[in-house]
Amino acid sequence: MSPDLIAEARRQVEICNACRYCEGYCSVFPAITRQRAFADGDLTQLANLCHNCRGCYYACQYTEPHEFALNLPRVLAEVRHESWKEHAWPRGFARLYDRSGGVIALLIVISTALLFAVAQALRPDSGEGFYAYMSHSLMVAIFAPAFLLPLAAVGISLRRYWQHVGGGALTLATARDAFSATAHMRNLSGGHGEGCNFEDGERYSNARRWFHQATLLGFVLCFASTSSGTVLHYGFGLEAPYGFWSLPKLLGVPGGILLCIGTAGLAYLKTKADRTLGAPAVWGGEMAFVALLFAVSLTGLVLYAATGTGAVAWLLPVHLGTVLALFLLTPYSKMAHGFYRLTALMADAGKRAA
Amino acid sequence: MDHSPDILIVGGGNAALCAAITAREAGARVLLLEGAPKPYRGGNSRHTRNFRCMHAGPQGVLTGEYDEDEYFEDLLKVTGGKTDETLARMTIRASEGCYGWMQAHGVHFQPSLSGTLSLSRTNAFFLGGGKALVNAYYLTAQDLGVEIAYEAEVTHLDHDGTRIHAVEANIGGERVSLKPRAVIVASGGFQADLDWLADAWGPAARNFLIRGTPYNRGTVLKDLLDQGIQSVGDPTQCHAVAIDGRAPKFDGGIVTRLDCVPFAVVVNKDGQRFYDEGEDVWPKRYAIWGRLVAAQPDQVAYAVIDAKSLNLFMPSVFPPVQADTIEGLGQRLGLPGDAFKSTVERFNAACRDGAFHPTELDGLATAGLEPPKTNWARPISEPPFYGYELRPGVTFTYLGLRVDEGAQVQGAEGPVENLWAAGEIMAGSILGQGYLAGFGMTIGTVFGRLAGEGAAAYVT
Repeated sequence: MSPDLIAEARRQVEICNACRYCEGYCSVFPAITRQRAFADGDLTQLANLCHNCRGCYYACQYTEPHEFALNLPRVLAEVRHESWKEHAWPRGFARLYDRSGGVIALLIVISTALLFAVAQALRPDSGEGFYAYMSHSLMVAIFAPAFLLPLAAVGISLRRYWQHVGGGALTLATARDAFSATAHMRNLSGGHGEGCNFEDGERYSNARRWFHQATLLGFVLCFASTSSGTVLHYGFGLEAPYGFWSLPKLLGVPGGILLCIGTAGLAYLKTKADRTLGAPAVWGGEMAFVALLFAVSLTGLVLYAATGTGAVAWLLPVHLGTVLALFLLTPYSKMAHGFYRLTALMADAGKRAA
Repeated sequence: MDHSPDILIVGGGNAALCAAITAREAGARVLLLEGAPKPYRGGNSRHTRNFRCMHAGPQGVLTGEYDEDEYFEDLLKVTGGKTDETLARMTIRASEGCYGWMQAHGVHFQPSLSGTLSLSRTNAFFLGGGKALVNAYYLTAQDLGVEIAYEAEVTHLDHDGTRIHAVEANIGGERVSLKPRAVIVASGGFQADLDWLADAWGPAARNFLIRGTPYNRGTVLKDLLDQGIQSVGDPTQCHAVAIDGRAPKFDGGIVTRLDCVPFAVVVNKDGQRFYDEGEDVWPKRYAIWGRLVAAQPDQVAYAVIDAKSLNLFMPSVFPPVQADTIEGLGQRLGLPGDAFKSTVERFNAACRDGAFHPTELDGLATAGLEPPKTNWARPISEPPFYGYELRPGVTFTYLGLRVDEGAQVQGAEGPVENLWAAGEIMAGSILGQGYLAGFGMTIGTVFGRLAGEGAAAYVT
């Protein structure tokens, strides 16, 4: 982490600790008041606790042109971004964070092309639905490691994060608290329920909270859809394609629609919001990530709609290509924020209870 | 811009906004002129954090009850009787209804901030502080159709003996003449005009820091007083507290406060003590220390603590000056070495054994020391040692316009027909001396609403 950046974060947080007007907005400020001196790990934890709701910025009497020049959402966004790089594993991949936009685009193209080539070369003799284009065992051979290895990398990063911020013992109660905060997006509520200051200056709005939850719920439903398919396949010998009234489709179709709506909404809000209250350098990468999620859900829906047509031959590699890019970049893109945020919320719940 | 609005509001802080919203809701066409540029809008309201509210039982974030008599007693204590009982009691009673009105117009409250539990019964804290409140009111006013101009300084109100018939202003660098049917002045005190402050207080005032907005220069106040409007409040006095001497000249706000004095030895630039640091708990003494420091050479003092006291008070905005020896600390603070050292030694020798209780008057006093320290007297002996520079920080001035119970301004021959006042510019009527936490915002809200109602009734 750059010493200048962490020193600037410390300067700002110390001013906040002498003021404390923002205590009711989110979890960051009560966490600040529990301390008097801030180690690098403390600032990293505050940064990952911050949801960039910006309530504190618009309420602050010390923002520019005041000489104290506070912009806490921005400095915490920058520390947050740096902290993900610092905890990335393997370390060499950390720089991918800085080039998210380009990397995402490139990876989609490469994985799509690769899957297309593989599908062409190893096209099965028989099979139904997309298995007519790519066999189940081939898909598993590609996606099981592509899913599990990045997840393991995330696990290692989180463990290092936990040590760095002094997370302490993890209990059921702290985990429950963190999941509840996530389910309600408590830290985007503004403390009063009217939401945050994102797309319309100092006016509060719940739009970002709703779109984020649509995205999260959509993602969870899509994940559940795939999982249910796996269970049906291995547990009950029921193989795809599944009809509309099957579990994978009943979870997946609404999930895909929610994911489309949520990501489109988030991208729109992002174009309205003031870039200087986040980390401007990573704006493009974050936008690319939202676009990737949108592409995953949209191609998934289109693929389902195209069932039985010849378009499946190229739609399948395109959809799987975006999914593969998403999986592979999970530890090195904005996707990581969910894992870090949840971990930070757990650490915070523990510190509050201590 | 509408040059002939029904109501012109001079100022853009809490009182001005309450008046604008109230008048607009009553159907008047309202133009609000804020002297500051937009990022600094809101006057001193942007630095506030709560308002003092009467209530019969738990209400929202307020705990317990706080009745009219207790509230008035609290006011009497701080003002030493320098208040107008009728106006004060009227304000106190009206404060009860403000809570709901404020919420209905966009203000959010939060439980008492950490470190301010003593105020949880009497004061309702604004979520995000005063700037969040000001933002909420601007949005509400805008949505209602109040016309707002920034960098709009009113220079003259033309008073012909019975009414204001024209208003001169400088808006975005252009001279403008306005013909409103009624005017509400809510443009604060004069504490940012250092020349005026020096005239009133003496040349030492030039060394004072101004805790709030640099835009409260009292232009309209002076203009009206020059035209024979009745004044209230001591023209020579200002409310000053001891704050961090490294604070900016203007607008340092809340973070520049320093709560270390009760646990410190405080010396002037000659290294001499000059007052009992442990006379009472800090919330009851910080204002006295503003005057005490103002009376010292160069209007500066230094509070010195040792390692065992560092965590007993709210963190400071700037880190303290630190050294491992008293001599070293004296050097870093620029104090005369021998005098400072012997002051600390004499103080340490006068400390006695006893139980130390940081949060209450513990009676742990020095023996045979002049001046004594009557509570929390522990030797400054455990390195590292820490020093904070203290200077007087002016919060507000007391001189203002006389108003009646309807917020109407009083001329030489009775009320000015179409002129109302609210906020700091008239607060001296009620708060003639001292300060009661959160009462400024109460006065601003109550009189802002009254002025808005009165002016709207006059024009509609």
